[in-house]
Amino acid sequence: MENFNYHRPATTADAVKAMKSAGDGKFMSGGMTLIPTLKQGLASPSDIIDLSGIKNSGVSVGATVVIKGGTTHADVAGSADLKKAIPGLAALAGGIGDPHVRHRGTIGGSVANNDPAADYPSACLGLGATIHTSSRKIAADDFFTGMFSTALEDAEVLEAIEFPIPKVSGYAKFPNPASLYAMVGVFVAQLADGSVRVAVTGAGAGVFRVPEMEAVLAKNFSAAALNGIAVASKNLNVDMHASAEYRAHLITVMAKRAVEAAK
Amino acid sequence: MSDTGTGIGARVKRKEDQRFITGKGNYTDDINLPKQTWAYFVRSPHAHATITSIDASAAKKMPGVVGIFTGDDVAEDKIGGLICGWMIHSKDGSPMKAGPHPILAVGKVRYVGDHVAVVVAETKDQAKAAAAAVQVDYDVLPHVVDVAHAMGHKAQIHDAAPDNRVFNWSIGDEAATDAAFKSAAHVTKIDLVNNRLIPNAMEPRAAIGSYDSGMDHYTLYTTSQNPHVARLVISAFHGLAPEHKLRVIAPDVGGGFGSKIFIYAEEVVCVWASKRIGGRPIKWTAERSESFLADAHGRDHVTHAEMATDANGKITGFKVHTKAAMGAYLSTFASCVPTYLYATLLSGQYAIPNIYAEVDAIYTNTAPVDAYRGAGRPEATYVVERIVETAARELKMDPAEFRRKNFVTQFPHQTPVIMCYDAGDYSAALDKALDIAEYKSFPERKAASAKKGKLRGIGFSAYIEACGIAPSAAIGSLGAGVGLWESAEVRVNPVGTVEVLTGSHSHGQGHETTFAQLVSDRLGIDINNVAIVHGDTDKVQFGMGTYGSRSGAVGMTAISKALDKIEAKAKRVAAAVMEASADDVEFKNGTFTVKGTDKKMAFGEVALSAYVAHKFNSAEIEPGLKESAFHDPSNFVFPAGVHIAEVEIDPDTGVTEVSSYTAVDDFGNVINPMIVEGQVHGGIVQGIGQALAEGCVYDAESGQLLTGSYMDYQMPRAANVPSFKLGFTCTPCPSNPLGMKGCGEAGAIASPAAIMNAVTNALDVKDVPMPATPHVIWKTLQPMKKAAE
Repeated sequence: MENFNYHRPATTADAVKAMKSAGDGKFMSGGMTLIPTLKQGLASPSDIIDLSGIKNSGVSVGATVVIKGGTTHADVAGSADLKKAIPGLAALAGGIGDPHVRHRGTIGGSVANNDPAADYPSACLGLGATIHTSSRKIAADDFFTGMFSTALEDAEVLEAIEFPIPKVSGYAKFPNPASLYAMVGVFVAQLADGSVRVAVTGAGAGVFRVPEMEAVLAKNFSAAALNGIAVASKNLNVDMHASAEYRAHLITVMAKRAVEAAK
Repeated sequence: MSDTGTGIGARVKRKEDQRFITGKGNYTDDINLPKQTWAYFVRSPHAHATITSIDASAAKKMPGVVGIFTGDDVAEDKIGGLICGWMIHSKDGSPMKAGPHPILAVGKVRYVGDHVAVVVAETKDQAKAAAAAVQVDYDVLPHVVDVAHAMGHKAQIHDAAPDNRVFNWSIGDEAATDAAFKSAAHVTKIDLVNNRLIPNAMEPRAAIGSYDSGMDHYTLYTTSQNPHVARLVISAFHGLAPEHKLRVIAPDVGGGFGSKIFIYAEEVVCVWASKRIGGRPIKWTAERSESFLADAHGRDHVTHAEMATDANGKITGFKVHTKAAMGAYLSTFASCVPTYLYATLLSGQYAIPNIYAEVDAIYTNTAPVDAYRGAGRPEATYVVERIVETAARELKMDPAEFRRKNFVTQFPHQTPVIMCYDAGDYSAALDKALDIAEYKSFPERKAASAKKGKLRGIGFSAYIEACGIAPSAAIGSLGAGVGLWESAEVRVNPVGTVEVLTGSHSHGQGHETTFAQLVSDRLGIDINNVAIVHGDTDKVQFGMGTYGSRSGAVGMTAISKALDKIEAKAKRVAAAVMEASADDVEFKNGTFTVKGTDKKMAFGEVALSAYVAHKFNSAEIEPGLKESAFHDPSNFVFPAGVHIAEVEIDPDTGVTEVSSYTAVDDFGNVINPMIVEGQVHGGIVQGIGQALAEGCVYDAESGQLLTGSYMDYQMPRAANVPSFKLGFTCTPCPSNPLGMKGCGEAGAIASPAAIMNAVTNALDVKDVPMPATPHVIWKTLQPMKKAAE
């Protein structure tokens, strides 16, 4: 690990200021991805701006659900209000990583990092969430721009995520057998207006929606409706753990299971 | 079981666990010596390359750097290379073709992770930073990582072995076996791959080398399963210093599974280079990624096997051809693993009149391959039990009854492949396993699974292994460079407490408990009054270490023999003190009595008398109470048993769940059933790992290790295994006084075949490659689904 300047600002404004004056700065929330990356020498930022000094944690449920960026996965999973409002999202958070990760990693860190195998991006896209940043609001559909990339500017802090409350939602994950990251994860939600969103993580370069599935589920929200509907394998990930064809197959299987789990 | 509840057969809680689970263990990495420096190794990024230059000039100027050394420095000090301690001759009589294995590369690197140079600095971070600044220029050469295609490949790894083949060895009678196949009613054929595994001991390897210029003496702390063998090899073959000038200490060691038997470059470099930097200690602790790259790996066999049966379903012949990967260099015991630890077990539990096996040992551009839990015997069991199961299916016979029909039933039984089985009752274990596994009601469970859309399968593995290694003269005649006896010294203190010095080495086995149980049982003293001392060449005179499930059958027998001598001497002392004839003194439950009188002395009183020496004639009885013994076994021991696995496969995802696992084992007499059960549990989990999860993968194109971390190398997890159903049978071993066999490797030996027989049964296919990950299972199912459509 290379040396770096460490900042722990108390406000978002100070965090933005610190980032602007850093040569090659990085925001850090839970550090669940960044710290291993530093240790392996895969990143060597000049400055690390630790956001954990900003009191920015909590789940509030009203007409929508707002989860502050610094909320740990364990707090999301454990929120009684969220379990009632969006049980699919609470269940997703409870299945991220292991207990250590869930008590340290945050929703803001995960969504801003946009790891193609992370769970949260599928919930953001699958629920049609809105990302609140230090300077604006961004629709999830516009936020995730590719592998490890988002619409966030360099000195823009993810402050909160606002989720509409759906009729039902569910998440089903097929973990990579070694790392337990999502090899294929599918988030399915039937929104208040009856429309359906299906978002897939782990299988491609980034999270994506499946319009064919959304269309049939909007007419008939059942696992059986997905029979015979498959995502083309062409642009899916290929690695030693799974071929693109296997991932494509798992998307349909996991989508069905997400529908079955939806409540 | 003894009256005290801590003797032989008692479920005594492990004495060592208190310190291990409270962080009070003393592992090599816990040790820090005054003025210590740190080593970091420059490793090859290429699978095969010529080193054209090494420029350390910039690195030498980096902060904290104390010294940087290369193969040239090693050569200057005339330090020898790493050795392979077992000479195998090819069937044409020629000796194996071993290339050089320098502790720091000379001229060439042969696998990704090969040790090129060492940087010694004040801190680990400084050493690592400077290592990154060492400029090594390479000319990349063609490489081959796949054992199936390495023989005769254009990548020529060692000059000594032009076709990459180290030896072509055979065992058994080829002509007789061919004849058996000619008259066979049926021949079963199978091609199997035994997947390469990375050992993953919980504690990474570590070493601290230290040179004392005042005494001209070296000390090496190292994560070793056999510190005396390390000292012998570093003295006699590396030529660092004579044995009396080198102390090797292996303190608490956190797991080995074989991977810490071997002498490795890093530890030799640390102890050698300490003198080079003026005697400051040099410490190295492997990073986990180094463990993946540079620990000796296990398995990696490609095998074709054929089995001949007659019209009555009796096995009449067995032929096996195996290509065994050696990796880029021959590790310490690499050559004996796919030969004498493998092919000598190809008779399994069966009376097979004709066996012939041929093994090609082949260099590949990968980490060296050597013994890993079971070492050859899991590979043998996998071949035997997979083909036996397949033969039963082809013959439409029940796999349990096909096995029973062919079991060895008369003992001793001489197999056609060297081994002479001394005792066993294989049908008894089979009956018990069938009962525990509820074999008869399997069809009901299969139907219930089918209703849920799942595929259920059942698989057997009737394994045998040869352990308690090994009779020295016998293995010497087969090429071993050492004898495999064990030593023990029992020191009774004047107050009657006891220290046992053993050449066995505990790195998870629980010797501090089981060995103390033996002493408690024999001397009738409190188990807490017994200390087990091991792992230090300055304390224990000599020993051969722990591997091959030998510490009970060989190590404890040595202790038992020393205890015999202690008892005899103590009786003489007691007789003198109680003014009786030694023949009239009896010893029971810790008390010496004189026949026909009420005279008695406690063990502690006799011990004190032996040291005080007031009441006997020192010309007739020497003062003190300390005895030692060496034990060389007369045969291997032969644990055996029957394991039955049941799996349920989700055809939608390819996920295999191990629904039930039954293990019935015959380990002879057992010292501590709790520890034995723990060994069986751990072994089974490792075997399930091999079958369903673990697979070391090198990229054919780049030669890079793709499974270089836990992100890609799947270890079995607690959630992947069921609660095991264990049973035991007992035929005491006739070749040692305790009647013990060995239990450390059995689980890992038996379980891969049981699981894969269950998987292939569930899918109704002949073979599925290991590890049978969800992706592999799914791929297997696709053509079947297409055919059904």
